[in-house]
Amino acid sequence: MSRPHGRPLDIRHGRVDMSHGAGGRAMAQLIEELFAATLDNPLLRQGNDGALLPAPGERLVMATDSHVVSPLFFAGGDIGSLAVHGTVNDVAMMGAHPRWLSAAFVLEEGFALADLQRIVVSMAGAAREAGVAVVTGDTKVVERGKGDGVFITTTGVGVMRAGLTLSGDAARPGDAILLSGAIGNHGMAIMSQRQGLEFDAPIVSDTAALHGLVAALLDSGAAVRVLRDPTRGGVATTLNEIASQSQVGMLLEEGAIPVDAAVEAACELLGLDPLYVANEGKLLAVCAAEDAARALAALRAHPLGLRAARIGTVRADAHGFVQMTTRMGGRRVVDWLSGEQLPRIC
Amino acid sequence: MKYVDEFRSGALAAGLAARIAAECRPGREYRLMEFCGGHTHAISRYGLADLLPPAVRLIHGPGCPVCVLPIGRVDQAIALARDHGVILCTYADTLRVPASRGSSLLRAKADGADVRMVYSTQDVLKIARANPHREVVFLAIGFETTTPPTAVAVLQAAHEDLHKLSVLCDHVLTPAAMHAILAVTGGVPLDGFIGPAHVSTVIGSRPYEPFARDYAKPVVIAGFEPLDVMQAILMLVRQINDGRAEVENEFTRAVTPEGNRTAQALVERVFGVRDSFEWRGLGSVPHSALQLRPEFARFDAEQRFGQAYRAVADNKACECAAILRGEKRPQDCRIFGTACTPDNPIGSCMVSSEGACAAHFTYGRFRDVAAA
Ligand code: SF4
Repeated sequence: MSRPHGRPLDIRHGRVDMSHGAGGRAMAQLIEELFAATLDNPLLRQGNDGALLPAPGERLVMATDSHVVSPLFFAGGDIGSLAVHGTVNDVAMMGAHPRWLSAAFVLEEGFALADLQRIVVSMAGAAREAGVAVVTGDTKVVERGKGDGVFITTTGVGVMRAGLTLSGDAARPGDAILLSGAIGNHGMAIMSQRQGLEFDAPIVSDTAALHGLVAALLDSGAAVRVLRDPTRGGVATTLNEIASQSQVGMLLEEGAIPVDAAVEAACELLGLDPLYVANEGKLLAVCAAEDAARALAALRAHPLGLRAARIGTVRADAHGFVQMTTRMGGRRVVDWLSGEQLPRIC
Repeated sequence: MKYVDEFRSGALAAGLAARIAAECRPGREYRLMEFCGGHTHAISRYGLADLLPPAVRLIHGPGCPVCVLPIGRVDQAIALARDHGVILCTYADTLRVPASRGSSLLRAKADGADVRMVYSTQDVLKIARANPHREVVFLAIGFETTTPPTAVAVLQAAHEDLHKLSVLCDHVLTPAAMHAILAVTGGVPLDGFIGPAHVSTVIGSRPYEPFARDYAKPVVIAGFEPLDVMQAILMLVRQINDGRAEVENEFTRAVTPEGNRTAQALVERVFGVRDSFEWRGLGSVPHSALQLRPEFARFDAEQRFGQAYRAVADNKACECAAILRGEKRPQDCRIFGTACTPDNPIGSCMVSSEGACAAHFTYGRFRDVAAA
């Protein structure tokens, strides 16, 4: 490719400045040498204002998500991989196979180009692993103090599985509630890093693309009605959303919900409840009770679902309460989060 | 992690529950007050009521710092922030306590007052150092557990000569509140107390002896873990059955008879006891709160700004007062869960997760539906 910019971008020592968002040469250079080179694929190479997609199938799913996280780099991932996984998972939870992503970057003046490169490389790796292509993008720069390093918005498009419809309003009394693994790892990885908590083995974010796990689950033939990934607000919030959309109640079994020892200890220390802590690599599935065993076996046979468990049952309840039998044997409501009990973490 | 599990074993809880049920005498009630909001929260959070026989009745006490803070005290803080232009620092829960005319520190903040949430008194010192030309006021609330850090902050402020920093002192005393509850004539009938956990690590178990001796009420100091609470209930049932009234300590892993002498000495150095202090629910209680000693008067926000305390009546519909005395339950309030919810609290008991109304709303309200 021709190089109209003179010297190549000094990624090792350079920083984002206002010219990188001004639409001139500096911006073109940043896009070309960092974004396009790292995220390279035929659709992105089209180089137009938008990507022309070869749409197969009849139904497409589209989802979007903005990613704001501090720290930008955390145990198990960074904002780059998170921005891929978050949107891929939103598409996957609809039952679709994610194919394409767009990525819009808001960069803060002064941000180190080396860090930006690390993020974009990680994004490219996550996209490759997930089998999705970043096909179009955008970059803006805001003045120092008006951003938090980098914000990334990704939009994903996926191809819907034929004959399938999943929806949050489809849970019915008697259905089984399944969870694909231990909860709270992403939120506590971030929080313990922020609070400077140290553990023998650091808590690692579970950030991962879940469409492979979803495909395994759906391929099992189990009658799956709802899929959701319990991100911000955690399992408790997601289940309350499903209960209110489906106008049902739920009864959970606290003892059946997997929580890693370190996550539980960190939650205890910070006065948090793992049920409300964010996940980035877990899914909740509501399926017909008679298919629960089959669905669970399919989840457990996948590397991302080894610790999958049936954590409760959908019940008829005019009040829509999500309730839980505690490990002590008593019962409680697992309520919507009220106010600002938890700092925002994703 | 073992550490947490040890105190949360369902099998042990079931064992204790069976023993409690077996030892309760037929036809007898065991009315036990858990003084602390920390216990109220644990009881609701783990659904312990479901494990207890009907003969054991748990009654929520007033041991929730923001719950007992009367409206007039919050008004004082709001006035300082709004009319005197100070930087008003306080702990998170305090921000949402309803004050006069639908106000709160949070609303005052939204209206432009400089109100800042702090996690510790160290944050307050940092803010004072960073703003040497501004008046910084710390609204200090809480029982004996939060008092020592305030004492340390005052001493540090004196040492560094942070002369624009002052404390609006609303620190209160646990034993005085227990006296007040027992002294109410026609008040709630009680057979014993589940004694505070963290407060007792500071003051020790001795200060509870008068309740056993003079009022013949057994006290069992308990940790905040669910099994601690179950164990304490069993110990209380046994004392009541035996006709004993003693101070027993279930929380020996943290509480000694003398408590933390260093912390006590610090508090003693900085604070003296107020003649009387108004509590929400308990009214004016003699010798129940602290104020800065005369030698630290320059750090006393009430004196510095000439802010006299003015009592303000609670919202008429709110039953917090009776709930804090143990006479009513959250579900007895007409606006519980309708006009008053944790997102929009009318009374102080709906604010903190330790408040009786908030705990019942968040964890226990399905029981009201089942009963209805
Ligand atoms: S429900 Fe609200 S108004 Fe009623 S007593 Fe509790 S805090 Fe007061």
